[in-house]
Amino acid sequence: MSSAAVRVTDTSPRGKMIAGTLVIAYALLTMIPLVWIVATSFKSPPDSISYPPKVLFEPTLEGYVNLFTTRSRQTPEYIDSLGPPATWYDSLVRERNMVITGESRFAGRYMNSVIIGFGSTFLAVFLGTLAAYAFSRFRIPLRDDLLFFILSTRMMPPVAVAIPIYLMYRGLGLSDTHLGMILLYTAVNLSLSVWLLKGFVDEIPREYEEAAVVDGYTRFQAFIKVVLPQMRAGIAATAIFCLIFSWNEYAFALLLTSGTAQTAPPFIPIIIGEGGLDWPAVAAGTTLFLVPVVVFTVLLRRQLLRGITFGAVRR
Amino acid sequence: MSAAALIGATKRFGDTTAVDAMSLEVADGEFVVLLGPTGAGKTTTLRLFAGLERPDHGRVTIGGADVTATGPAERDVAFVFQQYSLYPHLTVYENLAFPLKAPGRRMGAAAIRRRVTEIAELLRIAPKLKNRVTALSGGEMQRVSIGRALVREPSLFLMDEPLSSLDAKLREDLRVELKRIQRDLGATIVYVTHDQLEAMTLADRIGVLSAGRLIQVDTPRAVYETPADITAAQRLGSPQINLVPPAAMALDCPAGAATAGVRPEDIILVPGRADTRDVTGGATGGVTGAVLAVEHFGVETVALVEIAGRQVHALVGPRADFAHGSPVAATVRPGAALFFDSSGVRL
Ligand SMILES: Nc1ncnc2c1ncn2[C@@H]1O[C@H](COP(=O)(O)OP(=O)(O)O)[C@@H](O)[C@H]1O
Ligand SMILES: [Mg+2]
Repeated sequence: MSSAAVRVTDTSPRGKMIAGTLVIAYALLTMIPLVWIVATSFKSPPDSISYPPKVLFEPTLEGYVNLFTTRSRQTPEYIDSLGPPATWYDSLVRERNMVITGESRFAGRYMNSVIIGFGSTFLAVFLGTLAAYAFSRFRIPLRDDLLFFILSTRMMPPVAVAIPIYLMYRGLGLSDTHLGMILLYTAVNLSLSVWLLKGFVDEIPREYEEAAVVDGYTRFQAFIKVVLPQMRAGIAATAIFCLIFSWNEYAFALLLTSGTAQTAPPFIPIIIGEGGLDWPAVAAGTTLFLVPVVVFTVLLRRQLLRGITFGAVRR
Repeated sequence: MSAAALIGATKRFGDTTAVDAMSLEVADGEFVVLLGPTGAGKTTTLRLFAGLERPDHGRVTIGGADVTATGPAERDVAFVFQQYSLYPHLTVYENLAFPLKAPGRRMGAAAIRRRVTEIAELLRIAPKLKNRVTALSGGEMQRVSIGRALVREPSLFLMDEPLSSLDAKLREDLRVELKRIQRDLGATIVYVTHDQLEAMTLADRIGVLSAGRLIQVDTPRAVYETPADITAAQRLGSPQINLVPPAAMALDCPAGAATAGVRPEDIILVPGRADTRDVTGGATGGVTGAVLAVEHFGVETVALVEIAGRQVHALVGPRADFAHGSPVAATVRPGAALFFDSSGVRL
């Protein structure tokens, strides 16, 4: 295509400006809650609950310090007797007549979220890919019924299965374990993953694998070398969906975990400061909690957007 | 020794018999073209040779060995698919190298590079080796798919309508090239098409397929001149052979003839009515018809004539001048008519 050619989809500069303005306005509107959370995480506790709300404020890292530490209130005399503060966060805390007594449990909870979220995403996508390939390519007895059964596992609302799963997990010793949570999220995500991925495999013509097999590859090698690369976009999309679910899941995490395997979602809202919820710390936790999903999605975005160009030869 | 053969091979899909008790022998270095309409079982026949389908009955041999139960990977054949033979996630080079990198082949990287370059030059796609295949034109893609088969030097090439997605000019170019390459390499090819021109120009022998059956296997000339039945007669020739009741063309016919087949080039048209022309009193056997249309195709001109209520094509001289609706006397070149019995078999 020559650059001089005018494409019918090109709009006038004026149209572009209007469209741009609308998009920016909409983006701002949808981003207000996010911006507010991020802003709150940099406010001091009094600023965070001041009325009317403060749009302009003096940023502080107090929320983040509070998020990662436990503190205790002391008399000014005691604090003065401690000598000069060793670090910037020590001095930040002392201004409020407190001293840091230790590390909070947030880092551990966050790590749990990472292990359980990514672990279950990997498992769901891995198993889903194999199952989707089999459902798409092999003659499986009762195939359609099996597929429906897999989908039906998703139909039950979590509240309906919460109690049985709670009892079952207690009996099996899976309550409050990483393995238990990974298995649970994998099971929930598997139906989505099998169905999504099967659609992608169905779209890949069998001829590709057959060509590879005729050329001397085994079926498994053909799967690895020919099918898998063409499933990349599908796998990326599925992984994002699975991660978003297991990363954000709240109900089961609240019910089944309390300590060792507790994830961030049930932990963040109960970060208590003096005199109630420590809003800047909650906002700081939420901000940090948002980061991995955003990074993961942005990293895989190119795979998603590149689209699925099926077939080198037009149909 | 035959390079490959199907022996009474049958393949059914549910109620459809895609290939029906087919026996076909392909000699070493031979170019066999299977010609038939869509659904005739051409692709299935190739897939039987390749081992992508197992016959329900019958056997398959390659290089004299029975390979009926052998998997595709061990058969040493190359398959050019009708479509989707190139991997969109790989470059042209990687696509061409793919068959050579198969685990059983144990070819060194240098040898692979040499072979791919050689084939790319043969097919004139060397400048495109680094491109993604999705960025190629239709003709280039088709060259690459043929190249993917050629890199390997297998004992049998199977090609499923490899040129069908191309425009006429490219198709002609590639056709000529393919024939040249086949001669140079002495390759054994089973080639499938529904295009009679491809079949006639490429084939050492044409196999005419209809509804899963192999009606006739012979040289293009023999199939054209002595077709086994009406279907085979209709497969070759453009315009198609004229099928008329023998009486309509006033033909002397053998006993049992239900239909006469006359090629357009075997009909001689003379302006005027048949009886008025017959001044010598000799029995010319001509019949009178009316010219419906005259089509000029450049090298040839074809007149559409109505004779006894039927439309008949006749090849006329390039400068023939027939007025629309004017009467013509039509005679058939002596001995040129083909006769078929009521079941369609040639007598
Ligand atoms: N995998 C299959 N499943 C069911 N029917 C098939 C299959 N492959 C081919 N057929 C049927 O067999 C017949 C021959 O098909 P095919 O060999 O593809 O014909 P062609 O290549 O000559 O167009 C067709 O009626 C087709 O519908
Ligand atoms: Mg076909």
